[in-house]
Amino acid sequence: MNTKGKVAGVIANLVTVEVNGPVSQNEICYIKMSDVKLMAEVIRINGKNTYVQVFESTRGLKPGTEVDFTGHMLEATLGPGILSKNYDGLQHDLDKMDGVFLKKGDYTPALEDDKRWEFKPIAKIGDTVIAASWLGEVKEKWMPHKIMVPFKFKGSYTVKSIVEQGEYKINDTIAVLVDTENNEVSVSMVQKWPVKIPIKAYEKKPRPFKLMETGIRVIDSLIPIVEGGTGFIPGPFGTGKTVLQHSLSKQADADMIVVAACGERANEVVEIFAEFPELDDPRTGRKLMERTTIIANTSNMPVAAREASVYTAMTIAEYYRSMGLKILLLADSTSRWAQALREMSNRMEELPGPDAFPMDLPAIVSNFYARAGFVYLNNGKTGSVTFIGTVSPAGGNLKEPVTESTKKAARCFYALSQDRADSKRYPAIEAVDSYSKYLEYPEFQEYIKESISTDWVENILSAKNILVKGREAYEQINILGDDGVPLDYHQAFWKSELIDFIILQQDAFDDIDSSTSIERQQYMMNKVLDVYNTNFKFETFEEVNPYFKRIINVFKQMNYSEYKLEQFSKFENELQDIIQEKLMIVE
Amino acid sequence: MKTTAFQKIYIKIENITKATCSLHAQGVGYEELAIVNGRLAQVVKIQGSLITLQIFSGTEGISTNSEVIFLGHSPKLSVSEELSGRFFNAYGLPIDDGPDVDGKVVEIGGPSVNPVRRKQPSELIATGIAGIDLNNTLVTGQKIPFFADPDQPFNQVMAMVALRAKADKIILGGMGLTNDDYLFFKNIFENAGVLDRITSFVNTTEDPPVERLLIPDMALTAAEYFAVEQNKNVLVLLTDMTLYADALSIVSNRMDQIPSKDSMPGSLYSDLARLYEKAVQFPSGGSITIIAVTTLSGGDITHAIPDNTGYITEGQLFLRKDSDIGKVIIDPFRSLSRLKQLVIGTKTREDHPQVMNASIRLYADAANAKTKLENGFDLTDYDERSLKFAKKYSERLLAIDINIDIDEMLDTAWDLLNQHFSVSEIGIKTELIEKYGKRKVNEIE
Repeated sequence: MNTKGKVAGVIANLVTVEVNGPVSQNEICYIKMSDVKLMAEVIRINGKNTYVQVFESTRGLKPGTEVDFTGHMLEATLGPGILSKNYDGLQHDLDKMDGVFLKKGDYTPALEDDKRWEFKPIAKIGDTVIAASWLGEVKEKWMPHKIMVPFKFKGSYTVKSIVEQGEYKINDTIAVLVDTENNEVSVSMVQKWPVKIPIKAYEKKPRPFKLMETGIRVIDSLIPIVEGGTGFIPGPFGTGKTVLQHSLSKQADADMIVVAACGERANEVVEIFAEFPELDDPRTGRKLMERTTIIANTSNMPVAAREASVYTAMTIAEYYRSMGLKILLLADSTSRWAQALREMSNRMEELPGPDAFPMDLPAIVSNFYARAGFVYLNNGKTGSVTFIGTVSPAGGNLKEPVTESTKKAARCFYALSQDRADSKRYPAIEAVDSYSKYLEYPEFQEYIKESISTDWVENILSAKNILVKGREAYEQINILGDDGVPLDYHQAFWKSELIDFIILQQDAFDDIDSSTSIERQQYMMNKVLDVYNTNFKFETFEEVNPYFKRIINVFKQMNYSEYKLEQFSKFENELQDIIQEKLMIVE
Repeated sequence: MKTTAFQKIYIKIENITKATCSLHAQGVGYEELAIVNGRLAQVVKIQGSLITLQIFSGTEGISTNSEVIFLGHSPKLSVSEELSGRFFNAYGLPIDDGPDVDGKVVEIGGPSVNPVRRKQPSELIATGIAGIDLNNTLVTGQKIPFFADPDQPFNQVMAMVALRAKADKIILGGMGLTNDDYLFFKNIFENAGVLDRITSFVNTTEDPPVERLLIPDMALTAAEYFAVEQNKNVLVLLTDMTLYADALSIVSNRMDQIPSKDSMPGSLYSDLARLYEKAVQFPSGGSITIIAVTTLSGGDITHAIPDNTGYITEGQLFLRKDSDIGKVIIDPFRSLSRLKQLVIGTKTREDHPQVMNASIRLYADAANAKTKLENGFDLTDYDERSLKFAKKYSERLLAIDINIDIDEMLDTAWDLLNQHFSVSEIGIKTELIEKYGKRKVNEIE
């Protein structure tokens, strides 16, 4: 029999429950108010007092109210039907809820019990299988959704029977397995998994090494991220975090995008709801919504569920990774999740760490980032979860605890700069300060050499170097005045502006410029570096600025033109002519 | 707050602090209201039978044998058409000598809108102020604060916006208003003859600060009534949210909570978001738009209150005194309306986005020229022209006393651009220059 309890105390959404039996940490319970049941999670146990955080408002809750414990942790429901869904932080289907307003305790099912799916067996009778082995597949929209041996299964099993191809509902038995002690277990198309535990049903997790194309030049060409990599985007408000995440979700080369809208503006999620069903995925021609699942816990939804929402999203991503797919998980913003942790820690009167955040914040953050990764499945196939989170540093100060904790955990750092945003240089990623640790991985360098070109990594380093030199020159010009520095300084500055305007800056709202293929990025980078390596002849510093502005203007027109079509070539020729004007003839 | 027959009266208070008292009682719900010695209080903590009450108006003079009566519900407001034209205090009780409101009684601070049921905001709100309509266009369902120093005329600007915006209903939530400002709002609404579409909830500096915490929920509950039940476009004005946040920090301090940045409670973001996110475009046509005021200290936007607000709201409007023209303007650089993209150029004239960007770019050039001037460098002819342009632009468009419609703003902007700059300096698409700027692009300059 499950443990029961009675409410003994309430402070906001922290409720003390007196229990009559065993309870476990993170166990889920339901508080049975007269008209609704409120879901809650155990977060601390102290003698017979169990502290639970309620995922809802506790208004009107009275001491003595009965509580039922479920015996399991917060679990995600995994099976066909997750794709294109809009869930709340606890994986309740938002579209199934009635009415305009969210109702307390309105817990809608994550999947459809009645829907029939066309199942095709993969495993055969007599096969030996283990957790996450593929038993069969159903077509979920366009996606071959693998039905797997539940992740909770331990040891190896033999397939005793498996259903034939045909239509089945998610709870129908599709296979019977026998374990080594001859116990039979039946398996359906749906399984549950506790969200806070990483799914590790894969063979191995090497260091990631494959470039993940995003179509965003400053990322791909300067601060690349890899399939199964981790990155984070800190930035003050108004620097374009959300626009950048939306660009990533639209363009990134992934089979599926999981978006965790965690404690941010509801209207931003509404934008995804409104646009994604309309926008085309440039790679497949399908609608963007067909590869997207949204976990929405906006800032006005219950705070405790905010923490759960990122775990729910990660679990869904890991589930699809086990099918051999490339998943991109985006969370906006992880600071809100950390703040939710802070609120609870505060109510439990724990001794605070820096800025009143819990002491274990760095550990929690790095454990979460560690769940991303590129894996070899047991059947030799590969899959990946790439994770990019935004961070909203208080007061724009990058020395605050959430940014610092995340910096230790994530391998790519995309710092958004207020100055760049103010001067409308979007995306406002500060290319010099930002970094990608993957550039240092020999396996990544090897991969790039084989799949793109031998000088790609080298080009990235020289481009960064040019930006640094340009910045130094700019500082000198500002201190000493335009005519107080050698002509070279003006050239160094304007050559770095060339990289800034042509490679770094990108118009997220232009049809052509918003997404750039790797081939095109490479072409443009080489072109820009050619100009950089050209020796120009100037008489006075006054010639430098207007001349480079002309070059930049023509380059920009190229960025706005269809790659290698007539317009593009026309501007390219124009560029050649301008360069000829000032070319220094070396004897 | 009338008591009814057969209610249990408790007369043994165990514990009294500056803002709270505790007593043993049975069957009490969380956030339930109580009356302690005639003062309104709310349950903030339950530990077994020990109930802690926060007394809104403070505990001065409360004694251990004061009478405590529990009311069995959380704060409520009567909503009906009768709310229009009325003034209430933080408890939703009339302060204008009028009768009690007869209507449906609803709990304040109700549930959130399901995000999948929201509609994308798409209707422009015209205010006549070019610094807003031209550069930072507002949209129904948006939430946006004025960031202003305490000495700036933010309440005047807000009253002006309220009167000009074509909203069906206006709800004023005044927190810590000085009595003078309260009377200012009252007079200006009366004189404009619009009292019948305005409802006000007011807590003045004379009232206890903790009472303020009820004001935004009262105002937004009234707004939800008009927007949901009557499909009205409702504009909610909240001033001053900094004083609201200060009240939050007072309470959390008295509850012995550990403060985070700037002595604010760790839950500040969630507390503010819960209110601001009530701004919404409903599918049935009604909407709630929130315009708030967040006062700054010395223009510091990194302080926890403006910082958290900035992460929640859809942009911000900065007021600044322009010394060149001696008037208050809406700062074009630091102000931002995140939702303007949804309406400019589509709901307004097609040249709107380009004219807006070109003017601000040229205005920025003037700022650079000014720095040059201050540092004693020589000015070029272009610098001189941009300075002249900037002054006119402030005077004829950015100043908050301008009241013209958007087409006129665009024409004025063209007029100024044409007067001061060549076609290539303006840098707008040729066809727009010819059509709206009424200039030949190949003219000799």
